[in-house]
Amino acid sequence: MSLKIIVLAKQVPDTRNVGKDAMKADGTVNRAALPAIFNPEDLNALEQALRLKDEYPGTTVTLLTMGPGRAAEIIREGLYRGADGGYLLTDRAFAGADTLATSYALSMAIRKIKDFDIIICGRQAIDGDTAQVGPQVAEKLGLSQITYAEEIQKIEKSNITVKRRLERGVETVEGKLPLVVTVNGSAPECRPRNAKYIQKYKHAKTITEKQEATIDYTDLFSNRPYLNLVEWNVVDVNADVVQCGLSGSPTKVKKIENVVFHAKESKTLEPTDANIDELMKELITNHTIG
Amino acid sequence: MANYFLDTPALKHHLHHPLMKRIVELKERNYTDKDSFDYAPYDYEDAMDSYEKVLEIVGEICDEIVAPNAERVDQEGPKVKDGRVTYASGTQQNLDAVRKAGLMGISMPRRYGGLNFPITPYIMAADMVSRADAGFENLWGLQDCAETLYEFGNDDQRQRYIPRVCAGETMSMDLTEPDAGSDLQSVMLKATYSEKDGCWYLNGVKRFITNGDSDIHLVLARSEEGTRDGRGLSMFIYDKKNGGVDVRRIENKMGIKGSPTCELVYKNAKAELCGERKLGLIKYVMALMNGARLGIMAQAVGLSEASFREGYAYASERKQFGKAIIEFPAVYEMVALMRAKADASRAMLYETSRFVDVYKALDDISRERKLEPEERQEMKKYGKLADAFTPLGKGMTTEYANQNAYDAIQIHGGSGFMKDYACERLYRDARITNIYEGTTQLQVVAAIRHVTTGTYLTKIREYEALEYKPELEDLRQKLIEMTSRYDEVVGLALEPKDSEYLDFHARRLVEAAGHCIMGYLLLQDANKDEENFRRSAEVYISYGQAEVNKIYSYITSFDREDLGYFKVND
Repeated sequence: MSLKIIVLAKQVPDTRNVGKDAMKADGTVNRAALPAIFNPEDLNALEQALRLKDEYPGTTVTLLTMGPGRAAEIIREGLYRGADGGYLLTDRAFAGADTLATSYALSMAIRKIKDFDIIICGRQAIDGDTAQVGPQVAEKLGLSQITYAEEIQKIEKSNITVKRRLERGVETVEGKLPLVVTVNGSAPECRPRNAKYIQKYKHAKTITEKQEATIDYTDLFSNRPYLNLVEWNVVDVNADVVQCGLSGSPTKVKKIENVVFHAKESKTLEPTDANIDELMKELITNHTIG
Repeated sequence: MANYFLDTPALKHHLHHPLMKRIVELKERNYTDKDSFDYAPYDYEDAMDSYEKVLEIVGEICDEIVAPNAERVDQEGPKVKDGRVTYASGTQQNLDAVRKAGLMGISMPRRYGGLNFPITPYIMAADMVSRADAGFENLWGLQDCAETLYEFGNDDQRQRYIPRVCAGETMSMDLTEPDAGSDLQSVMLKATYSEKDGCWYLNGVKRFITNGDSDIHLVLARSEEGTRDGRGLSMFIYDKKNGGVDVRRIENKMGIKGSPTCELVYKNAKAELCGERKLGLIKYVMALMNGARLGIMAQAVGLSEASFREGYAYASERKQFGKAIIEFPAVYEMVALMRAKADASRAMLYETSRFVDVYKALDDISRERKLEPEERQEMKKYGKLADAFTPLGKGMTTEYANQNAYDAIQIHGGSGFMKDYACERLYRDARITNIYEGTTQLQVVAAIRHVTTGTYLTKIREYEALEYKPELEDLRQKLIEMTSRYDEVVGLALEPKDSEYLDFHARRLVEAAGHCIMGYLLLQDANKDEENFRRSAEVYISYGQAEVNKIYSYITSFDREDLGYFKVND
C-alpha cells in the first residue's frame, strides 16, 4: 500500500526566543527581529508522515505552505528530511489572513492537488496558537478529522488508527481515509536533516527565487526537474480573492496593549492557618487562582 | 539554540584553506560524479557549500541531542548480557540521529553509498562530536575503519561491507590482546585456514576493544603458524552475522564511559582475509592507526574546546571578592591560555588533515590510473608531511586536552571537584586521549626521526617565508628566535651520536618543534583573521617561546654523564 500524504506547514517567527525587539511600537509582531522557523508542531506532523513513508514504500509526502516568498525555505526543510515535493502558496492577496481565510486558501490549493489520502498538520502554530486551521481545512473539504494525534499507529486498507493525547490521558480512535490529522507537540520529534537530501535539494527554488538567484547553474534545473518548487497564486488555485487575505478575515484586532509586569506590592504573613485561609479566599475572589 | 558549527568560526576558517581547492578537485575527480549522483557537487563552490551545510547538520545534532545526552550516558554506560552489548539509551538515541542524518560513511565514495567528503570536513564533524561527547565520538568515529577496508579490501569486500557502514552499521578494530598492547607484534589470536570450508577461523582473546560488539570487525590475527613477530600477522574481516565472537566483559573505565570497551572471545569465528597475508600489521594496521590517530586528535581538540568553554563560562559567572573571577589575572591568564591551546591544537589538526587528504586522494587515484610524475611527487611530499605531522599533532593536542580539562576544574574550584559540573567528565574523558592509539611517548618515537631528518625544520622555514602583515612582525621574530633555539638543541642532542641520549631528550625536541609549528600556524590564522586569532597567536607564541627557552636551558646545561641519576632501577 502506498499513500499520498499532504503535510501543511507554516513558517513562523520563533516566539520561543523573544528578545526586547520582538514587538513593534504599534503592538504587532516584529517579524524581522525574530528568526523564521518551521512551526514546531508541523515538524511533529512531518515526522508522522515520514514514518508512514518508511513503513509503506511508494508513499509520497508533499508539503503545502502559505506565506511570503521566503517561506519556500519550509519546503526545502521538508525535502532535507525526506519529503518528496512541495507547493508554496504565495500572493499579496493572501496577506493578513486570519484562520478562516488561511484555511480557505489552503483548501483551494488542496483541491487543486486533488489526489491525496491523508492531510497531516501540526495542532497549532506558535505565533497564533489558535489550533483552528487544521479543523477548518477539514470542514471546508468535507473530511473527517482526528485532532491532538500523538501517533499514527497503523493504516489498513482505508482505516487509520490514531492515538490521541488528551488532557487526562490517551485515546485511540479509528477513522476512514481520506481525512485530516492534527498532531500534538508530544508526538516524536522530527528526524534531523539528512546529509544526502540536503545536498540533493539545496538548490531547489521557486520560480521567483530562481529569478533572484545570483548563482546560475544553467543546466541544473532542466537536468534535475525536482529542483523546481511549485509556486501558486490566488488565480492558480482558483480562489475567490475576496475570501482571501485581509478581506476574507472576519477577525479584526480591536486593540493591542503592551503589558509590562511590575510587582506592585508584597506582603508578609505569619504562617498561621487563619492567614492562609484568608489569603486563599482573597486569591479566589480576585481570580488569581481558580 | 546554538549550533556547534556556527558558534565556532574557526571551523569555517579552516575549511576554507587554499589547499582545499586542490583536495576537492582530486577527491571529486573534476566533478564527474554529478552525472550519476543527485547529491554530487557541480564545482568547487558547490562542494564547499555542501560541506558547510552537512557540518551544520552535525552541529545541530551535537547541540540538540549528543551534548544533552552526555551526562546521562556517562552515568548509565553500556551493559553486557549473554555476550552482547546494549548501549546506554542516550547512546542509542545519538546513533539513531546520526544514522537518520546520513552521517555514516562520510568519506566513502558515492558508489558505496558514502558522501565522498575529504577527510578534513569529516574530521571537523569529529571535532564537534567530541566537544559534545568524547565517548560517543569513539563509536561514531569508528567509521574510519571503512577507510581501511576500502583501501585494502578487494572489490567484492568493498561492495559487501561499505554500503552497510554507510547505512549505519558500526565497526571495530580488534587489535589489542592481554599480552599485546603497545607491542602489537605479540598478537597471538590464531587464524586457521580450512581447506574444507574455504575460509578462515579465528580463535583466541582480544582485550580493550572499543565497540567490540560492532557489526563489522577488522581483526589482527596470526595466520602464519610458528611465527612470533609482526610478519606473521594478517588482517581479517569478521561479520557479526556469522557469529563466533562473544563479549566476555566490558571494562569499568575512568572516562569515555559511554563507549563499551570489550573483552572478546573468538570461538571458531568465521572470517575472511582482508588484503594480503602477512601484511596485517606492517602495512594495514599502520594505515589504520594513522587514521585513528587523526581521529584522536579531533577528539582532543573537541575536548579542549569544551573545557575552554566550561572554564570561561564559569569564570565569567562566578563572583568572589565582589567581582567575576575572570577579572583576576590568575584566572584570565588560565582562560586565555586554554583558548590559545585549543586554537593551536585545532590549527595543527586541520593542517595535518589537509596533508592526509592530498596524500589519500592521490593514493586513491593511483588505483584507477597511473599517476603523472608531478602527481607522484606531490603524493610523496604530502605523504611524508602527513607521516610527520600525525604523531606530533597527536602528542601535542592530546596533552593540551588534558591540560585544558585540568584548568577547567581549577577554575571551578571546589565545585569542579563535584559531579555537578561537566568539567569533571571532560577531565576523565581527556585522560585516555594521550594513551590510546599510541601513548605520547610512542608518538615521540614516531616523531623524533622527523626532528633528526629535518622534516619539521624544512616546513617551519616554509612557514617563516610566507608573507605576514607588518603588525605581526614581532610575533614572527619571536618564532624565528624559537626556531633557531630548536635547531641548536637538536644539534646538541645529536652530537654525541648516542641514541639513548637522543631518546632521553626526544620528547623535549619534539615538543619544541611542536611549539614552533603551532605558533606559525596560529600566526597564519591571525594573518587571515585578526579578530578571531590574534589573541590566541599572541598568547600561544609567548607561551611557546617560554617553553622552548625552558627546553633550551635544560638541554644546553645538561651533562650527559648525569643520565645515570635517572636510571632508578640501576
